[in-house]
Amino acid sequence: MASSAAIARGGQPVVDARDLRIWYGSERGPVKAVDEVSFDLAKGEILGLVGESGCGKSTLGRGLLGLLPPGTAMDGALLFEGEDLLSVPRKQMLARRGAELGMIFQEPLTRLNPLMRISQHFEETLRTHEKGISKDEVRERALRVLRVMGIPPTRYRSYPHEFSGGMRQRLMIALALVLRPSFVVADEPTTALDVLVEAQIIRILHDLRREFETSLLLITHNLGIVAEACDRVAVMYAGKIVELGDAREVFARPKHPYTRELLRSTISLRTTGLNYIPGAPPDLVEPPPACHFHPRCPDAMQICATKAPLEQTEASGTKVQCWAADLAAGRVELGDDERAPLVREEISVADEA
Amino acid sequence: MLRVLLSPFRNTSGLARWILVAGLVITGIFVVCAIFAPWIAPYGFAQTGEHGRFPKMAPPSATHWLGTNDQFFDILSRIIWGARTEITVVLLSVIIAVVVGMPLGLFSGFIGGWVDRLLVFVMDALYAFPSLLLAIVFAFLLRGPLGGGTVAAALSLTAIYIPQYFRVVRSTTVSAREATYVEAARAIGAKNRTVMGRYLFGNVIQSVPVIGTLNAADAISTLAALGFIGLGIQPTDASEWGYDLSRALDDAQSGIWWTTLFPGLAIVLLVTGLTLVGEGLNETVNPALRKRRIRKVRLPSRASSALVEERS
Amino acid sequence: MELDDLEVHYQLSSGLLGRLFGLGTSTVKAVDGVNISLRKGEVLGVVGESGSGKTTLGRALLGLAPATGGSITYRDKDGAAHDVASMRGAGLRRLRTDVQMVFQDPHAALNPTMTIETAVGHPLRIHGLAKGEQLHRRVASALERVGLSPAEQFLGKYPSDLSGGQKQRAVIARAIILDPDVLVADEPVSMLDMSVRAKILELMLELKRELGLTYVYITHDLATAKFFCDRIAIMYLGRVVEIGPTAEIFSEPRHPYTRALLQAIPEPDPDRMVPRDLPRGEIADAAVPPLGCHFHPRCPAAVANCGWESRDLRVLLEQHWTRTDPEVYEDEKALVGDLDHLDEPALEARLGDGGTAERVHRILDEIRAENPDEPTWHGVEALDEQADGLHVRFRPGEDPGLRRAGGVEVACVLYPPEGGAGGAGAGGNGGGVPPNSGQ
Repeated sequence: MASSAAIARGGQPVVDARDLRIWYGSERGPVKAVDEVSFDLAKGEILGLVGESGCGKSTLGRGLLGLLPPGTAMDGALLFEGEDLLSVPRKQMLARRGAELGMIFQEPLTRLNPLMRISQHFEETLRTHEKGISKDEVRERALRVLRVMGIPPTRYRSYPHEFSGGMRQRLMIALALVLRPSFVVADEPTTALDVLVEAQIIRILHDLRREFETSLLLITHNLGIVAEACDRVAVMYAGKIVELGDAREVFARPKHPYTRELLRSTISLRTTGLNYIPGAPPDLVEPPPACHFHPRCPDAMQICATKAPLEQTEASGTKVQCWAADLAAGRVELGDDERAPLVREEISVADEA
Repeated sequence: MLRVLLSPFRNTSGLARWILVAGLVITGIFVVCAIFAPWIAPYGFAQTGEHGRFPKMAPPSATHWLGTNDQFFDILSRIIWGARTEITVVLLSVIIAVVVGMPLGLFSGFIGGWVDRLLVFVMDALYAFPSLLLAIVFAFLLRGPLGGGTVAAALSLTAIYIPQYFRVVRSTTVSAREATYVEAARAIGAKNRTVMGRYLFGNVIQSVPVIGTLNAADAISTLAALGFIGLGIQPTDASEWGYDLSRALDDAQSGIWWTTLFPGLAIVLLVTGLTLVGEGLNETVNPALRKRRIRKVRLPSRASSALVEERS
Repeated sequence: MELDDLEVHYQLSSGLLGRLFGLGTSTVKAVDGVNISLRKGEVLGVVGESGSGKTTLGRALLGLAPATGGSITYRDKDGAAHDVASMRGAGLRRLRTDVQMVFQDPHAALNPTMTIETAVGHPLRIHGLAKGEQLHRRVASALERVGLSPAEQFLGKYPSDLSGGQKQRAVIARAIILDPDVLVADEPVSMLDMSVRAKILELMLELKRELGLTYVYITHDLATAKFFCDRIAIMYLGRVVEIGPTAEIFSEPRHPYTRALLQAIPEPDPDRMVPRDLPRGEIADAAVPPLGCHFHPRCPAAVANCGWESRDLRVLLEQHWTRTDPEVYEDEKALVGDLDHLDEPALEARLGDGGTAERVHRILDEIRAENPDEPTWHGVEALDEQADGLHVRFRPGEDPGLRRAGGVEVACVLYPPEGGAGGAGAGGNGGGVPPNSGQ
């Protein structure tokens, strides 16, 4: 693992999110997609955000950049280089997005205008934020960033459909980086790509910090990518971050039962038995009370269904929200009836994901 | 099947729902007139007198609420009976057009190849003609064998609407045909017939109700136009608003407004009603037009903020 | 004991993917000369990335994709042999009772306007095997078998009421209700959440045991293939490049592509790092595949006779230019001229023109000096300065067929065929000459 864990942890974090809440309305009531999430990101650091579908990770990614659909409510504190983004007026956010905050999406083809050449894409991007920039300078900067991505200058005037999937994703990354934002959110950047191409892209993202000193939030459901490329990892479940810590540490010694079960149910080359987590990710309108994971948790105790666990910090530096972890670390004293294992209903196929 | 057909109705909300409801109410009034004409209308549609002849071109009065026209007919009765005519003819023509156009579109889209190309060519050619012109041609041709009654009128209209159903159903079929579940149907051994009938049909008829209502609206005005020209339904066969309008053309100059106003208003209202129904449905069936209902959300104040202060 | 052999000799000289593209001259060789034997009761994995032809192969096994050449022989319970590739109409439909398919996208594989009961029971109705009460019972028991119990709860539901995992179970129920012998599963779990994948795979294993099924498991995920399959065939651009028992493939991967795939799989292992020496580029266009061995442009272990050609020269130059300064790029580009003509695959390529030939030669020498290990150079036979420019001549390449190497068969020149007899046809492309598929 790169020594990035030591990079600039002492300096001011590039992104500091505290108690973020992002809720949006639905017929049945507010959907608590992100429910009191806190994390920080240092300069040049890569934070992986993992979770299954429906856990709120994409919403969080978009919320950080202010790309939420109308009618969504967001509060908490989101400090970007010291300034609270939530109190920034929309117009200013527009200016900052792209220049200081970047985003990489999942399906590159749908995000690129098929009628515009690559050169025109770059011109549009650069001119929007730096008015009056000359065509030659656009070309120079574009070619420079394309070089880093391994896209030859001969392709500068091609159209998006003339590129293959992996090249398009590199293109997207290049467009996101040409303005040198200090913070980039990558939302499932490789899900639509083949394994070999995925590995290439992940390598590029991993090396970003060397070239550009970018802080990256990598959102994915693929634990393997996180293990290889990220410095720290945040595990998200039902709108909350249940575990957050150094990637190596979390993968070797997961503290939260969900993280553990997720790792166990991931089929890898070393898998010898099939494991799965019974049931399905919960409904975000009415998640289970107290600890959201308790209906599916093998370590659930009585207290897990009545009182929500608080976020605590382990000796290793990992932050975790779990009564069982607290108990194991001796941070809390529980009465006998609180510790008693929770009797849960058999989760049938009817409730599975 | 019913569930699929009714789902567009149930999915409406907001403005679309109001449009739909308004349209349904207006159309509903006319439908009631059509069904209950013999009981609602004060007089018959070709009745020129009750106890003695009706006055000619009499203004609205107690005995003739909307007045009478130059053929001694009571206008109110003509309107009410006219509703029956319009609705019957339009219903007939739309139904026949659907029954012919839809299966053709389904078949053509599914089979592809030269059959498809040929059918598309024919349909496009028909579609390229101005609809009124085509209706006139057909009405003229059918007048000989079928006379001037409702059936002839309905058939003249049918031909111009078939291409519309054909095109829409065909394009939906072409895209649905590539769906995985169609391939799955083949994989389990379904014959082409079955694939078309059981698998594609239900998924392709989604847009038909919308087109149907918009068609109907257009049909009303085309029928009225035919009647206006004189190629529509004869006044003694049935009451037809367009015809009445054509007879009343010169009346306005003499200050006689009731002979033109009421038939004209009837046409406008019925067409509007049907259009509203169609547009209301369209909002739901066509996802591009659908706007997500924005629900405002208020975040409650933090109850547990005191407890969660301990953090790095 | 009956041994039902499903032999699939599927040799295409040019496989059409349903349609010929616009100009009508290029054909997409989706499956280009594949020989595989499928034994009763085994689980054969077909692994490849997108564009490898694995999906087309799966569909061909059911007759859903037309075979333009070769044969697929299926031996049924009575020992009678059927050639799936040439079957049509009613005969093909009858085959459906023996060979069935599970699809990738559970959300799209079920007809949205049919209830689960109707959908799962439809195969029986189509083939006239049951109706009424008996049909209902068989559907209910199929649902119970795949874990959708109590069946009554699911019978009346529509696909939109079910979750992804439940839908996939229904799809499996529909596939097994005809009691088939062979089940072709096309990426059955790749669209499901991690926590559900294991369950569905477990279900499939159970069914295999209970019903004596034979599986063809198509996937791009080597990890699940390792767990699930007895034998694995790795496909690349329409051909099988390596095939053998699972254990052997994973313990000693021979083909460079197989090795690359294994290396590239992201593993949730904290000590793993991002792999560094991966194949470059991406899978080529199946309509105009690389000459010689299709994998050579990306292969880190490529040698002289792998089939180097003009397009590789273009890639070489473009890669070089991603490493130089823009001014240098401008100068060199002006000398070299336009590169589009290099896209026409050929063993000889021309760069620049009469006046610049010498300088272009020097540029190439510089490139070579920067990185002498670049495999492309192994394939360059000569650089000729001529009146119309610099001619680069490539060595003719070999298109390797499958040959035995240890416990597997692999299609790579790095493993010369045993026994001395000439291996694959020399030079050219396409599978016209039957490869040595020693068994």
